[in-house]
Amino acid sequence: MRRAALVALLSHWRRRPFQLLTLLLGLATATALWSGVQAINAEARASYDRAAGALGATPRPSLARADGTPMDEALFAALRRAGWLVTPLVEGRVETAGGSLRILGVDPFTLPGGDLPEGAAGDALDPAFLGLPGRLIVSPETAARIGGPELPPLIEVEGVAPGIAYADIPAAQALLGLDGQLSRFVLLDGQPGNRPPLDEVAPGLSLQQPQTGADMARLTDSFHLNLTAFGLLSFAVGLFIVRGTIGLAFEQRRPMFRTLRALGLPAATLLWLLLAELLVFALIAGAAGIALGYLVASALIPDVAATLRGLYGASVEGTLSIRPVWWLTGLGIAVLGTALAALSSLWQVARLPLLAPAQPRAWARASEAGLVWQGLAALGLAALSGLTIWLGSGLIAAFVMLGALLIAAALALPLVLYGALWIGARLAKRPLAQWFWADTRQQLPGLSLALMALLLALAANIGVGTMVSSFRLPFTGWLDQRLASELYVTADNPEQAERLTGWLAPRVQAILPIMNTDARIAGLPGEIYGVADDPTYRDNWPLIDRLPDVWDRVAAGDGVLINEQLARRTDTWSGGTIALPGWPGAPVVGVYSDYGNPLGQVLMGLDALRDRFPEVEALRFGLRLPRGEVAGLTRALTQDFGLSAENIVDQAALKAFSIQVFERTFTVSRALNVLTLAVAGFAILTSLLTLSAMRLPQLAPVWALGVTRRGLARLELVRALVLAGLTMLCALPVGLLLAWVLLAVINVAAFGWKLPLFLFPSDWVVLGALSLAAAGLAALWPALSIARIPPARLLQVFAHER
Amino acid sequence: MATNLRPLHRACLLLLLLLLAAVPEARAQGFANLGQAAEGYAMPAPGPFAFPKDHGPHPGFRIEWWYVTANLEGADGTPYGIQWTLFRTALKPGADLGPGWSSAEGWMGHAALTTPERHFVAERRGRGGTGQAGVSLEKGFDAWIDEWRMQGPDIDHVRLNAEGPDFGYDLQLAAEGPLVAQGDGGYSVKSASGQASRYYSQPFYRVTGTLALPDGAVEVTGQAWLDREWSSQLLDATQEGWDWISLHFDSGAKLMGFVLREGSGGFTSATWIAPDGTPTPYPDGALRMTPLDRHAVQGRTVPVEWRVELPARDLDVTIAALNRDAWMATSVPYWEGPVTIEGSEGGRGYLEMTGYD
Amino acid sequence: MLEVRDLKKTFRSSGEVQQVLRGVSLSLERGATMALTGESGSGKSTLLHLVAGLDRPDSGTIVIGDTDVTAEDDRGRAALRRGKVGVVFQQFNLIPSLTVAANIAFQARLAGREDAPWSARLTDRLGLAEHARKYPEQLSGGQQQRVAIGRTLAAKPALVLADEPTGNLDEETGERVLDLMLDLVAETGAALLMVTHSSRLAQRMERQLHLERGAIRA
Repeated sequence: MRRAALVALLSHWRRRPFQLLTLLLGLATATALWSGVQAINAEARASYDRAAGALGATPRPSLARADGTPMDEALFAALRRAGWLVTPLVEGRVETAGGSLRILGVDPFTLPGGDLPEGAAGDALDPAFLGLPGRLIVSPETAARIGGPELPPLIEVEGVAPGIAYADIPAAQALLGLDGQLSRFVLLDGQPGNRPPLDEVAPGLSLQQPQTGADMARLTDSFHLNLTAFGLLSFAVGLFIVRGTIGLAFEQRRPMFRTLRALGLPAATLLWLLLAELLVFALIAGAAGIALGYLVASALIPDVAATLRGLYGASVEGTLSIRPVWWLTGLGIAVLGTALAALSSLWQVARLPLLAPAQPRAWARASEAGLVWQGLAALGLAALSGLTIWLGSGLIAAFVMLGALLIAAALALPLVLYGALWIGARLAKRPLAQWFWADTRQQLPGLSLALMALLLALAANIGVGTMVSSFRLPFTGWLDQRLASELYVTADNPEQAERLTGWLAPRVQAILPIMNTDARIAGLPGEIYGVADDPTYRDNWPLIDRLPDVWDRVAAGDGVLINEQLARRTDTWSGGTIALPGWPGAPVVGVYSDYGNPLGQVLMGLDALRDRFPEVEALRFGLRLPRGEVAGLTRALTQDFGLSAENIVDQAALKAFSIQVFERTFTVSRALNVLTLAVAGFAILTSLLTLSAMRLPQLAPVWALGVTRRGLARLELVRALVLAGLTMLCALPVGLLLAWVLLAVINVAAFGWKLPLFLFPSDWVVLGALSLAAAGLAALWPALSIARIPPARLLQVFAHER
Repeated sequence: MATNLRPLHRACLLLLLLLLAAVPEARAQGFANLGQAAEGYAMPAPGPFAFPKDHGPHPGFRIEWWYVTANLEGADGTPYGIQWTLFRTALKPGADLGPGWSSAEGWMGHAALTTPERHFVAERRGRGGTGQAGVSLEKGFDAWIDEWRMQGPDIDHVRLNAEGPDFGYDLQLAAEGPLVAQGDGGYSVKSASGQASRYYSQPFYRVTGTLALPDGAVEVTGQAWLDREWSSQLLDATQEGWDWISLHFDSGAKLMGFVLREGSGGFTSATWIAPDGTPTPYPDGALRMTPLDRHAVQGRTVPVEWRVELPARDLDVTIAALNRDAWMATSVPYWEGPVTIEGSEGGRGYLEMTGYD
Repeated sequence: MLEVRDLKKTFRSSGEVQQVLRGVSLSLERGATMALTGESGSGKSTLLHLVAGLDRPDSGTIVIGDTDVTAEDDRGRAALRRGKVGVVFQQFNLIPSLTVAANIAFQARLAGREDAPWSARLTDRLGLAEHARKYPEQLSGGQQQRVAIGRTLAAKPALVLADEPTGNLDEETGERVLDLMLDLVAETGAALLMVTHSSRLAQRMERQLHLERGAIRA
């Protein structure tokens, strides 16, 4: 019995392969976008943990110079022979043909074997690994990516963190140009009881707490949450297609269900069979979606990795590894999504009356009462959205608010369109125009799901586009202010710094020492900068909140400036105080914007920094000079003074790098947006195709009354354009609201900075044209089939009296 | 000819730590790669020692060590024992192991302090060339790893110190007798196929100094024994482990002896050192060592009481561990600790046992 | 074969109570044929639906063979429809996505007793052999109804219920279809209860029962 019934149920799809394709494609797309984003997030998070665990599962504190500059390797023996059990590290990045690589130079003799990834400990004591040229131990994925003649031979070891290469100390020194120098010392367990204080053994070194994977996860959380939100949006748009297709398929099979029941198939069996059918589809489409998601993620992850590296310094490999958990959750979300989309259809089947007239009901012809309910739901969600922003705080609340807002807008859309079409009908004079408006209104229920999807996609596009553009404007302006010095130079050691400043003095307008040290501020890693009292800062520094004579106070050491993200995180503004290492109640005299920096930052006068952090050395300098002399000075610095090229950074290069980081940050958002819009276009196409097949009975009388088939086709096309245009108009305010939420709520919660909203109407015109084109394109095929329909088939409508 | 296997087990420790993991293809060559060919390394040859040069390192050889054990006593009569060991290994052949940080020379230190109740252990590792560890004869004698040091104007007068997280010692060692060449004038042949080492001892140190214990410092006096050995070739390893003793008798004589456990039988060797330092080597079978009592420590059962017989000297004594839990929980674990001697001779000494897995 | 006793059924629509059957009794022996006639709204279709177990009476009993239909639950009545009873609807109610052959074999398959030679013979007898691979929408109305009849008889039911089986067909086609149905029913030995508003068609049955406002006219 079950087999026969199942064969009958499935035969529907065999007769309508396109519908099946739509269902599977919709579900697969939804799953793909969602699981693709999840894959990216999972990969990144796994990378943080592995990177944090690059030396031992438990991160250890280390000894280093406060400004992070390297030190003489002789310090190692001095520390060890004084009883300080440390293992040396040489750290840095090299650029290879296949991208950037973090070099971790280790001493296999003093590094506890368990601190290296499993499998690498043995290789690290291979004589070939030791000395020069040595070997690099990397993961197979990294090995596949990097390469180049300048690198020592690679040893591939599974489980090594991505983008990291372990090398022996001398090999790392050679690669990084740090001959005779070490970056830091990791403090080992089991220190002897008696040892002299650190400043006796190695003055200038300080104890630094380790960075943990959790720190990196916290810093990057907001970025991943953003991705998740977009993934969810894409998933929702995909589900609209699935819902539409399932609804149609169930509606079309309604007579069949009834026949099956009349022929003796129990209702429960029918329901189970339908559930099984959906489950199979969900699993097939889910699997396809996951494969597709893998492709999406693979395509996006290099950009994501680049963003995370640029923005947060997080080490993420630009390749994906497939995790079983990810497969399972992908299938789970596909099944869940299908269940969600099929819920109302299944409910109807369960309550299917056996003896109701067995005529196919017009598909999804929503009653007026249904519209009212939908309107009420939209109102409720809008209210919820308003309440959330009123009462809630934080990123989650912001996204809840966003979700409620978008769904409310989607639900309200048919109502608005209904009204607009009603007005159109009232204004129409000619009978054909009247028929057009009335007929369009009648079709609205069948198209509304697709139009809702379009609305969401358009609104998201407007919102994200506005946010990115609004961001770029102040960001580039801020860069100009912030990077006021024409040239930035770094000395290798204090002696060189002294020679350098002496050499530079007659050659530039101003030398601005930049001293900085890392510190934990408000419980998170942060940085403290010391700056000279100079018009460069007074004139240019982008303050968003300030006390009077802010620069005098900073110069006098009476107060500090903090960046916006720190101000927002601690809710400390001008007039407040902030606790710093060695300065518990530092008065805050101003707040400055600091886009793109995930860390809290404090700015104080040079003297104040020297007093409180005497171990920090002034090795970096900003140089003011006429723009035209930059190239000449750079050449002179390398050729005459002998400063190595990597110690000189040109303002223009720095700006270019910053803008590149910025652009990459939004590449992923934009890519997801385009995909979402494509999905919405696909939804319109399938809805129109479905409708066109059912519309013969409506078109035939009009044709019989003297409208040509071409005329009908043209009207079909116009109808699609009108609906898409109206949807675009509705999407505009929704998108702007979305942009406002992104800029004023989500950015603040996620990154810690607030941005002004700028409007870019030209973008909307482009988007509007794009959506019209999408709708027109989607309507083209159905319209063409109407134009070419044989009159005999139209006549059949009259023959088949129903 | 006395075959001396005790140093071999020390080499074994070092090799396990530094070589085994590094040379995977050699893993098929049996326990601790003892059968590995020594191609490219210097070969020991018979002949007189060149002191003081031979107190320093021999970079062309694969393995080498400075190995001190001491039996000490507090003012209240409490017996103590300490161990101070510095191993050197060359990870590749050739006298030139690379300059500075490129050096392929590994160093390892083991330090232990044993009281009747407690046993403290620490281990250090390092690379030659960085200054972290080494042996230098530039100013007298100086052997060190980290802050651990054996240093003095010459090898007969040294200060010996080491520290762990919860213990330490600082001792003055002064030799009251001559250096003793082991085997055939310091050329110690180890097997019929010709493997050998250079080997001498200084068993006549008089010790004074201070132990740092969790409860406070303890002034101690006693006697110490230094073993110096270097080699490149190692025996084929069919053996399961070694039981080794170095005994100071109240008469002033000393005994070095060991059993190489192999299947149900064993191979023994011994050197009787007269109070004036004259050594008499004894061949296989002359020394008999019989376990009397066993003790479970760290999941192993080891004999901590032995009957030791050397009929040629009318020696029949029982040795018993001062602290039965003297387990060296280092990278390669073994048992090493002080013993007391009763029977035909009284005295004290050190017992070392490996391979009780 | 079929015993109906004192069947009553009322419908409520927009607050109005309409008594559709007011105590109908009838009986039908194995192999017998009976026509149920009456005006629109006389309750004849309702009676048929009740007998088929598609709906439940307010009171009264329906016994088919040894099964009390009124005592069965939903699942039991579904089993009855699969097994003992076959229904030929006015709207042919074919499964549009299955071929003619698959439609004919369908109910027998559903009942788990497919008899392929019998189905093939039915197809042949119904003149559908050349259409076996077509889909219902490619057939004329008369052909579609023949498929529906074939589907019912393929399962060899003991009782065939037909609701205006020729109602959607023109007169001539209707006659031919009815002839065929009567022949085949006779061949299987099933009892036939047919609802029709045409007294001419009713005359083709062995017995006629006329319903008027929910009761049998004497």
